[in-house]
Amino acid sequence: MASVDPRTLDPAGLTPAALGHALEQAGYLPDDGLSTAAYLALRMHRPLFLEGDAGVGKTSLAHALAEVTGAELVRLQCYEGIDASQALYDWDFPRQVLHLRATETAGGGGYRDAAELERSLYDRRFLIARPILRALEHSPSVLLIDEIDRADDEFEAFLLEVLADNAVSIPELGTIRAETPPLVVLTSNRTREVHDALKRRCLYHWVAHPSYEREVAILRRRLPEVSERLAREVAGAVRRMREADLLKPPGVAESIDWAQALHLLGADSLDADRAAATLGAVLKYQEDAARIRDTVLAELAG
Amino acid sequence: MSAAGPMGTAGPMGAAGPMGAAGRRSTAGSPVAALAEPRRDFVDVVVGFARALRQAGVPAGPDRVQAMLRALGHLDVLDSGQVYWAGRLTLCADPEDLDRYDAAFALYFGGQRPRRGRTATEAPQVLRAAPFEPAAAGEEQREGDDSPNFAVHASRHEVLRHKDVTALSVTERQQLERLFALLAPRASGRRSLRYTAAHRGRVDLDRTVRQMLSQGGEPAELIRQRRRHKPRRLVLLIDVSGSMSPYADWLLRFAHAATRRAPQGTEVFTVGTRLTRVTRELRLRDPDRALAAAGRAVPDWRGGTRLGDTLKAFLDRWGQRGVARGAVVVLCSDGWERGDPAELGSQLARLARLAHAVVWVNPHKGKDGFAPVTGGMVAALPHIDSLVAGHSFAALEELVEVIADA
Repeated sequence: MASVDPRTLDPAGLTPAALGHALEQAGYLPDDGLSTAAYLALRMHRPLFLEGDAGVGKTSLAHALAEVTGAELVRLQCYEGIDASQALYDWDFPRQVLHLRATETAGGGGYRDAAELERSLYDRRFLIARPILRALEHSPSVLLIDEIDRADDEFEAFLLEVLADNAVSIPELGTIRAETPPLVVLTSNRTREVHDALKRRCLYHWVAHPSYEREVAILRRRLPEVSERLAREVAGAVRRMREADLLKPPGVAESIDWAQALHLLGADSLDADRAAATLGAVLKYQEDAARIRDTVLAELAG
Repeated sequence: MSAAGPMGTAGPMGAAGPMGAAGRRSTAGSPVAALAEPRRDFVDVVVGFARALRQAGVPAGPDRVQAMLRALGHLDVLDSGQVYWAGRLTLCADPEDLDRYDAAFALYFGGQRPRRGRTATEAPQVLRAAPFEPAAAGEEQREGDDSPNFAVHASRHEVLRHKDVTALSVTERQQLERLFALLAPRASGRRSLRYTAAHRGRVDLDRTVRQMLSQGGEPAELIRQRRRHKPRRLVLLIDVSGSMSPYADWLLRFAHAATRRAPQGTEVFTVGTRLTRVTRELRLRDPDRALAAAGRAVPDWRGGTRLGDTLKAFLDRWGQRGVARGAVVVLCSDGWERGDPAELGSQLARLARLAHAVVWVNPHKGKDGFAPVTGGMVAALPHIDSLVAGHSFAALEELVEVIADA
């Protein structure tokens, strides 16, 4: 993937279309809504809240944004039970104890009194930066908070606090503030409704499946080795699968996997036999596979 | 809709773009520079649009309107596409808002009628009177006359608890409504990933070392922790079709009691000819107001039953995404399925694979001579974990236990 010169993103002359173009250069093909959303997130310093089915390209947008802005991508994968010590910072207790013992053995270690020794224990070097603190310390950065819907709702309240101030206060050390606030991208698969208070601080965008033409373009871009004909036929078949009322309609990620699988089997067009053999790349439920075998694949076989 | 006012001040909305006249007047050079401080008439247009949007059912509060104004400050207000996205990104917060937003945008800025088709299913719901008024007073009074006969054998209270809820007098109804405050349905717990301090269990290394640190690095007592228990989610699906209407009111009351017990851990839907989520409505504290709000939200009250289809809608839209995963799902219905029972069977099989337990509440089970012979019940039986009655207060108390033990 060709890296983009961050200077092309001159903030004064930036427009949604220019950002969209830069994202295309980075290998991500956004539609108007997504590029406007990303543009506003950059200009307004608001977190971008992306919701949509799995595999529509929410996470890869954050990767592409990091690339075009020349920023470091810091990813925080949410899961049930995640808390501040996994998201923000943690003290490295064993190293602190070691430091204390080493100082004792060395006979005071040159510290004048106990207070100074204690202060030395809460030094920045004993602090383990977790993703959010890392994003605040390394600016510019893109902070990807992935699958926020998997975290508990208490965690949302905590995130709200951090996102509002772009700062973290550590009682023993003081406040660490970002020089330039990170570009925050939150994604959700909607397994749970995220609280309104969090959404209210964000730009909300529902990421839909791409149109046929865009999907063909994405396949061609991601898999240059795949023939145009195969890309078109895969995009067409996936589109029909999405209309077929499946348990899990395939996303873009699945159609890329499928096209790649077909290509590896030497296909330059979609035929019934190879499609049936590779159906597991695109459909993840046995019921869905059975239904598609009877409809879409039956038609392919003629 | 009050679109005429703001549109008048802003001039005709034509090909020049949504902010037509307002934008043109304020943009001699760069539109972005001119909008750094939005002009008054321009603000009016946006505020008017937000009002129209709120009428369409999108809760676009003042802070969101401000966000839209700020977003427009960075965009070209003469480009209707950019105005569309500025509003959509800032005023909406839910996929359900999007169709309403599209319709309101077309109506307000384009002077068009909202599009039908895809929007039809999600159109703003028409307000309806709450369906919870008691049945005709005369009839209730006659029912009431019977109660002394029962009172001979048991205390009035006991009778009330075991009486079929459809056979209550007005005063009995009121008494029973108060009794519902005693119900506290809650699903059992499961082991969570999180730990909590305990006397026995694995050593909490972090806290032990932290304590050592505060004692100058001297080895101290070991602090232990154990996995926390997290209650399972409780999902109630309540059939509000015609045949269930005498019970639906009480079952919703039961759902309200569950919601009050665990507001974050309970989801309530009504099923019938379509699926309606009433969780938000039931979070109102007062049961009567909560029920009235739920009644207004449900459009298919006393309609037909297409359980298979609505169950599928639930699983597609909510269940599979996570609401039903590992949850205790309670389906309240008499199983009079008008659709294809086979579809109901396959959807229930899907539900059973996702959920921790599926409980079916059939009010008719409490009656003599009940046998699960309706098409829906026959299809359902292989996939449910327990079948309970829900026709009286005592039966609902039993349901509380079934849910807790599930």
